[in-house]
Order: sequence, then C-alpha cells, then structure tokens
Amino acid sequence: MKAGKESKAARAPSGGAPGKRLAGEDAAAMRRLLRDMLLIRRFEERAGEQYALGKIGGFCHLYIGQEAVAVGAMAGLNADDYVLCSYRDHGQALARGIPPRAVMAELFGKATGTSHGKGGSMHVFDVDKAFLGGHAIVGGHIPLATGVGFAIRYQGGSQVSVCFFGEAAVNNGAFHESLNMAALWKVPVIYLCENNRYGMGTALERAAAVYDVAARSCSYDMPSETVDGMDVIAVREAVRRAAERARDDGTPTLLEVRTYRFMGHSMSDPIHGHYRTKEEVDQQKLRDPVVTFHKELEQAGMLDAEAWTALEAGVNDAVDDAVRFADQSADPDPAELLTDVYRETPA
Amino acid sequence: MATTVVMEALSPTMEEGRLVSWKKHEGDAVKTGDVLAEVETDKAVMEMVARADGVLRNVLVAEGATVPVSSAVAIIAGPDEDIAGLLGGPASPRPEGRAPPATATDAPAAPGPSGRAAAEPAVQRGAPEPPPAPGGRVRSSPLARRLAAEKGVDLARVAGSGPQGRVVARDIAQAPAGTPALAAATGAPPMPASGFRDVPLTQIRKTIAKRLAQSIGPIPHFFLTSEIDMERAVEARTHLKAMGPEFTVSVNDLVIKAVALALTRHPAVNTWWMDDRIRYHGDVHVGMAVAVEDGLITPVIRFADRKGLADISAEAKALAEKARARRLTPEEYTGATFSVSNLGMLDIDEFTAVINPPETGILAVGRIVAKPVVRDGAIEARRMMRVTMSCDHRAVDGATGAQFLLTVKMMLENPLAMLL
Amino acid sequence: MSVLTYRDALNQALREEMQRDGRVFLMGEEVGVYQGAYKVSRGLLEEFGPTRVVDTPITELGFAGIGAGAAMAGLVPVIEFMTWNFALLAVDQIVNSAAKMLYMSGGQIPMPIVFRGPGGAALQLAAQHSQSFEAFFANIPGLKVVMPATPADAKGLLKSAIRDGNPVVFIEGEMLYNTKGEVPEGEHLVPIGKADVKREGADVTIVSHAKTVSVALKAADELAKENVHAEVLDLRTIRPLDVAAVTASVHKTHRCVVVEESWPFAGVGAQVAYEVQREAFDDLDAPVIRVSGADVPMPYNKQLERLAKPDVPKVIAAVKSVLYQA
Repeated sequence: MKAGKESKAARAPSGGAPGKRLAGEDAAAMRRLLRDMLLIRRFEERAGEQYALGKIGGFCHLYIGQEAVAVGAMAGLNADDYVLCSYRDHGQALARGIPPRAVMAELFGKATGTSHGKGGSMHVFDVDKAFLGGHAIVGGHIPLATGVGFAIRYQGGSQVSVCFFGEAAVNNGAFHESLNMAALWKVPVIYLCENNRYGMGTALERAAAVYDVAARSCSYDMPSETVDGMDVIAVREAVRRAAERARDDGTPTLLEVRTYRFMGHSMSDPIHGHYRTKEEVDQQKLRDPVVTFHKELEQAGMLDAEAWTALEAGVNDAVDDAVRFADQSADPDPAELLTDVYRETPA
Repeated sequence: MATTVVMEALSPTMEEGRLVSWKKHEGDAVKTGDVLAEVETDKAVMEMVARADGVLRNVLVAEGATVPVSSAVAIIAGPDEDIAGLLGGPASPRPEGRAPPATATDAPAAPGPSGRAAAEPAVQRGAPEPPPAPGGRVRSSPLARRLAAEKGVDLARVAGSGPQGRVVARDIAQAPAGTPALAAATGAPPMPASGFRDVPLTQIRKTIAKRLAQSIGPIPHFFLTSEIDMERAVEARTHLKAMGPEFTVSVNDLVIKAVALALTRHPAVNTWWMDDRIRYHGDVHVGMAVAVEDGLITPVIRFADRKGLADISAEAKALAEKARARRLTPEEYTGATFSVSNLGMLDIDEFTAVINPPETGILAVGRIVAKPVVRDGAIEARRMMRVTMSCDHRAVDGATGAQFLLTVKMMLENPLAMLL
Repeated sequence: MSVLTYRDALNQALREEMQRDGRVFLMGEEVGVYQGAYKVSRGLLEEFGPTRVVDTPITELGFAGIGAGAAMAGLVPVIEFMTWNFALLAVDQIVNSAAKMLYMSGGQIPMPIVFRGPGGAALQLAAQHSQSFEAFFANIPGLKVVMPATPADAKGLLKSAIRDGNPVVFIEGEMLYNTKGEVPEGEHLVPIGKADVKREGADVTIVSHAKTVSVALKAADELAKENVHAEVLDLRTIRPLDVAAVTASVHKTHRCVVVEESWPFAGVGAQVAYEVQREAFDDLDAPVIRVSGADVPMPYNKQLERLAKPDVPKVIAAVKSVLYQA
C-alpha cells in the first residue's frame, strides 16, 4: 500500500474463500488465534458473571463480539510495539499476553492485579508487555499514543505505536489534533478505530456527519483502510500493512475496523434496549468471529474435535484459575493508598 | 497621622493616674515603644509608652497632676501636621465593638482614602471589666491566651484592645488580673512639728482605703486562732542555716510552704468568691504581704505548692525588694488564691487580717516566743507561734477553715511532712 | 554571580538541561523558528535542531498529550504553553493523563514532564489572558506546582523540574521576564518544595509568590520606616507547600499576611491560612489575612485593572490590621 498523497479509504482484501485462504498459514498459529479469541470470550463471560456477583465493581466494559480485532491486531505486531487502548481493554490485554490471572485480579481490585488494584478494569497496564493502558477519557489516549510514536521516532526505534479507540472518539478534538500532527511530522502510529457502531447508546449515524470513519483520513492526507473486524485474518493483514508503512518511513495509518459488540456498552447497559433491537443483535451473532473462525479451521483441516476439546478445556481451566486466583488474592495494604503519587527517583 | 496619648488604665481598678514625670518633652521625636512618662497608678509607678511614631507635639498635663483614665495627656503627630482638631476636645472615646479590619480582599474596588486625619486612641480602656462576649466567653487571640497562662494572668480581668474587645498579646503585657491584697495599713505619717499637716492621699493610700472599706463591709469574716509549736521548725531552719547561705530560709518561707501544701489538701480554701459563683483554683498562688513606705502590697508567689523552699525564699526576697522599690508589675501583685501576713518581726503576738477579695481567706502570723507549755504532764519551754485565719463565711465554713488550719499546724510542727 | 534577566535565566536552564540529557526536548507553539513567543527559547532550535525543538500547530490538548505519551515511552518533554490561559484546553491531559499515570498503573509508568509557560496578569490583556490557575493545579495529587519570582530561582527551579521525574506545572511570570537579578555561576539547582526568606523581620510574616514577592518587599520597605519589620517569605513552590518554613516564621512574628495575585476562593492564601492556623495556632495574635486579586474576571480598563491587583498600600493596610494599628 503506497503512502502519500493519493491515499483514500481502501477495502481490505479478505484474501480468498474461507478455508482456502489459510493454505499458507501455520496450523498451530491458527489454532493459537482461535484459542486467544476463545480465551477472551470466556474471560469476558466470567467477568460479566463476577460483576453481577459483586466481585468486580465500578464500570466493566466487555469485549464480547470484538475478539477478532484484538487478536488479529496483536498477531500483526511485534512484542515490543506499544499498545494503548480505551477503557474497553480486557481483550487487548489478554491478546497481548498479559496473564489472565493478573487481569482478573486487577478487575477484582486485588494487590496481585496489573496495577496492584489501583487501576481497575479501565486502567490495565503492563510495562513489560509495552501495554500502556487502559484510559477512560474518550479520545484522551489518542494524543498519548501519538506521543509514544513521537518518542519512537526521536529515539530512532523501529517499533510502532498502536492506538485502539472506538468510533465515537473520531468526532473528538483530541483525535483531530493527534492525526494532524502524526501526519505532519510522520509519526509511526496505527490509529485502529474499532467501529462497533454505537457510542454507548448513540449510533454513529446520529453522531457523525460522515459515517465513513476511514474517509476522515483525507483531512490529514493519511493512508486508511476499512477492515472487516469479525475476520481475524483480515485484521491481522491490515495491521501488518500499516505497521510496515510506519516502520518504513513513519507514515501513520487510520484503520476503521468494523465490528460489533454483543453485550451492552458496559455491565450497566442493556444488551439491546432503546438504541438497537434484539433482532439486530441476533443477526450480528451470526457473524460471531469465534464461531466463524472455528468453522474455518475445521474446514481447513486444522482443527479436529479432539483438538477443539483440548483447546476449550485449556481455556476454561485458564479462566477458572484466573477467577480463583483473583478471589484468593489479598486486597492491597491500606498504606498503598498513598504510594505511587510521585516518583522519588529523578527523571 | 496624629495620635492622642491618653491616660491608660493600667489595672482594672484604676480610675485615675498621677503623672509623676515626663521622660520626653515637647518637640522630641518619639517612636512606638519609647517611654513617654512615669505614671503612678493605684498600685505602683508604671512607665507609659508611646504607641505611635512622630513628634511629641503637645504635652497637656503637667508633672504632678492627676487625671482620670482615658483623658488626653499629650499629642504625637508629624512635625508639621495640623493638630488643631485634636486639641481642646474631650478624650477620644473608646470605639465599642470595632468591625473586623477591612482588607484588600473585603473591598478590592474601593481605594482607601489617603492621609486619614482622625486618630484612634492607641489603647482603649474604659470600664475595668471588658465587654462580655456572648456566653460569657473571653475573646482573645491564641497567643494572648498562651501568654496569660504562662504569666498567671486571668484573661477575664483583662480589657482587650482588639476588635470587639479581643484580648491580644500587648494587653497581656500590661494586664493585671484579679486585684491586689491589702491588709491593715501600717505606719503613720510623721507628726507635724506644730499644728497639723495635711498630706494628700497618694494613689496607694486611696486604694487601700477604698478597698478596705469595700472588703470589710460585704465579707462576713470569722476568725480561727491556733497556737503552733515551732520548735522543730526553728531547729530545722537552724540546721539549714548552718549548712551555708544557699540553704538559708526564713520562718516565713516555711509558713508559706506549709500554707501552700495545705491549700492543695483543702481546695475549698483555695477559692475566690465571684458573687454568682465560687472559683476553685487548680493552682496555688500565695500572696505575701509586704510593708512598703506609706502602705502595703502583696506580691504573689505562684505555684508555691510546687516550689522548693529555696525557690520560695529567693522569690520572696526578690519580690519584697521590688515591692519596696515600687517596681512590681501587675502580674506580680495579682492573682493570689490565698494570702499570708506576718507581723512577727514587729513583735506582734497575734492579730486579725482583712481578706483581699476575691480570695476567701488570709492567715495572720504572729511572733515566735518561748513560753511554758505542758507536754506529757511536764512543763517545758517551747517556742510557740500564734496564727489567726480569717475566713469568708460565704465560701468557707468553720469546720473547713479549722481543718485547713490544722493541716498548716501539722506541717509546721512536723516539717518533714512537707516533703511528702 | 552574573546578572541575568528572568527570561535568559530560563533560557540557560533549558539549554543546560538539553545539553546534559538527550531525552529532554521542547515542544510548543512558536518555540523554534519564532525563537519563542516570549523569547525564552531563543537560539535553542539552532543549537539542538527540529527533532528536539518542535513547533506545533495551535493544539494545546494535542501536544500536551503528545508530551505525556512521549514521557511514557522514555523521553523527558518540556511542553510550553504560550500562556497558561490556553492550558485550559490541555487540562484533560495534564490532570487525567499526566498527574495520574504513575498511580493508575500501580507505579509502572513514569511521567517525567514539565508543562511551562507564563501565567498571571500583564497589562490590560483582559479577562481571558490574565490567569494563572496555580491553585487549581495545586489541588491535583500527582502534580507539582512551581512559581519562581526571581531569575536565580527561575533557573534553579526549571532545572530541578526537568530532573524531577514527575509532572511539574511550571508557571512563569509574564511581567517578570525582563526583571534582572543575580544568578550563581555554574550548576545552579534550587530544590522544589522549599520556600525562601527574601527578607527577614520579626513583626509580621508576609507570604507571597511570583509577582507578589516584589510587592511584598516594597511594602516591607515602607513599613520599616514606621518601625514595623516584615519578614517576606517567597513560597517558590506551591505544591508541595513548605509549611515548615511558614510556621517557623509565624512562630517568630505571631502574625501572617498572604499576598496572591490570583482569586481568593480556595486559593493559595486559603491553603496557607489553613496550615498556619493548624500548625501555629498558639503563636497567632491575629487572624491570617489575605490580600488577593479581586474576585472578578480581569477588566480591561487600566484603573480597574490596577484596583483588581494587590498593591503596596493594600499590603500595608493588611499588615497594620494584624498589628491592631490604625
């Protein structure tokens, strides 16, 4: 994909018929993708259940239905690329390889959590995995991700900075200012918009004068693509392309990844309500990324019943273990209230 | 900015002051804190200080004159400032309930008028009692309260110069609290060579007379006498004296210590009659009557129960000297919770003393004299001392007073008991 | 010692720190080619190049966030706001990102960053261009707030701020840039969190910061003629506040007046007054009095503007009121 002046919203290729398009892929790697998506799915289901039991407090935003985006994206990146997301961050955190125990413990607010219980669901961080959070102000982390990209370029690195955000953020000043500067200065950022159509209860058509998110990149003369977010391979490929562009000469990309969330905006939000119908949700479930990729792997001969059973059992064990671990972990010491406000060591 | 210097009330009972001598004269430059004059109050000769900077433009009162409190005595102003408006008028009245000071934050848009000609008197003291705060509480700054506690000054008896009568630090510096003790006056003016001689009443004489009449009237006195065997006390004193000058104490020091300890055991005697209530003092401050030229004054040994004999002795000597030199400060002659008057050195066998209100008792001490006493059936020569306690029957009953006196007797007859 | 303007002292600080540490960079509007809107960054683009001295579009929210993001990824940004009035647009990044990153991440993600620029009133710049907000930022845990009044303090404190490792709100004085003062030669660092007695006295403590320090000193000169000797304390750092220095002074003088240019409600003066009555209650002979900026948006008219600012007569009147003098 050529960077530069004549970029426009491009449809990401899907690479051929299901089954056939996986011909050149490594089977184990494909099963890994399925396993990661299933892990997120089961984890989020349990998180919803634990929230209802009062073990998780505050806000809890579930990623169910969007698994292909996180898993596909991480598959297209390197381990030292930086990742920033919004408050709907469990999926990306798990796809990044942060242990489910640590994530669940953070949701439970325990000392063994990723932020030692001081961040919560919306603020998962893991500096070793270059996972820079978990941010709760809509669009507020987009400038941060841009700054990370600025630092990469300043230090002469070849990493990229990947910013996950929802489609409602694209109407926001922070989005506009960030993309303008990224394009102006050639900052290596992938702006990955997870368009799940609804900003809480407001459909994008009601919030945006132009529905087509990817089309906005023309304001910044930035390359962009629209991607099927229910297709893990399509996402992976789009991210790979954007990453190559960024590593090459610092060109940022805007990816509009069209997906759907099957649950409400958060645990406080109904699955469907005034803003969307049950029929619509049911219709979208037919495109469930976990189910469709499972089928695809079967068709490609990469996953038999036995392998699936083992895969599923492994995921269930991991999630059970995570919940148990979180339950048994201790709360942070009250003295931790006052720590980490300031760093004592100099810059 | 012109300031009128007024005769300040340097004690709550002071109603007029006699200007003894001017230390600054017309035309002299003065700064806040400079001594302007010496003023005789009803108690002592005090220094009156300047509360403004400038030139002493006019002296309005001659040396030797007596003027009422709050009347103008001088004017301090800039060297060329017009002071016509301040001359000839009555003393500036004390502004009651001054509003809290306005600051830039209160009225930022109003530029202050420059060069305000009207001066407020630097210290406002009118009536002896401060205006009552709501609920009877004394308005005072935290610093003033701390200084008052350190100096043993009763805040309730201090007139505050701050807004709404707030007592502030400078008020404590010159504040008396309570009233001084007075016993029967001693001494008489020299007989005139022929005819008669009228001697004008000094301030102290006027005060003694007034206070005496005030006290003997309303206070229902009753008297308890006890004869104390001072043999052991005198022996103890002699022993101490033989050890060296730093161990030397007087009999009166022993009496003060015994009285102080007895007061801790008989709190009903360590009280003040306050008309509508009795104040039980937690601390013991013993007043010690000292004869001065033409009068009597009672310096106070504070916390006498907690002080050793050596400290009491040293303090008593120092205070007596200061008293005779008329240099006692109000904090030094006010605040006693009980008084002792000793005429033993003048060979008086016994006498009755007048209580100093608001105290509720006083102990009059006579001389020590060797006399025959029956002990265990035999006659012995023992050194005996007669003491008479006057009690305010409103606050102290016979049995209470008697028990107190018994304790004093026990302490003096068994001096070691004072160590317990 | 050399005599420098406040502006040049800041320039030196930036230059020295950028020479010392390659991670330090400057970003803001007009900092590069224009040489700085107030010339604080004069010559820096020429010396360090466009990677390290970055001119931005007019996007305070955007570039403040870029600065914070860069700090998360290993750099030490100095983000310049042309004035602190414009920083309101960036408050989400300063407060929700910078101030909280270390805490929310349980200590994992550092945030070494300095947000700097001129704040407070100048002359007739009117309501939207005359604010400094130090009290607002000082309210936020996770931030440090510094306001130097002199060239020496400006240099020493900016260097310390850049080295501090935490987000520092560094508010300079627009009307101070031309003031001159002695600055020590060589490596000159002033510690954050320590006030400075600019003038000793025993009769009253005048607590001040930034531009009001000179007002306080002038008032002290006038008061000395009337034999009132004021101790003038320059806070230098608003957060963390040097409570020990203030209470030590009040312990000596028994009286306290706070002078501040900003608005009174929940301002620096309110916090100082709380600390004084809390820690030095028994030392006080009078309430703590503030001389604050008028509680109004800044008016344009010259006389009205003068009335809105603290001045020497107002400070003198406040001092006299705590001395119970007419």
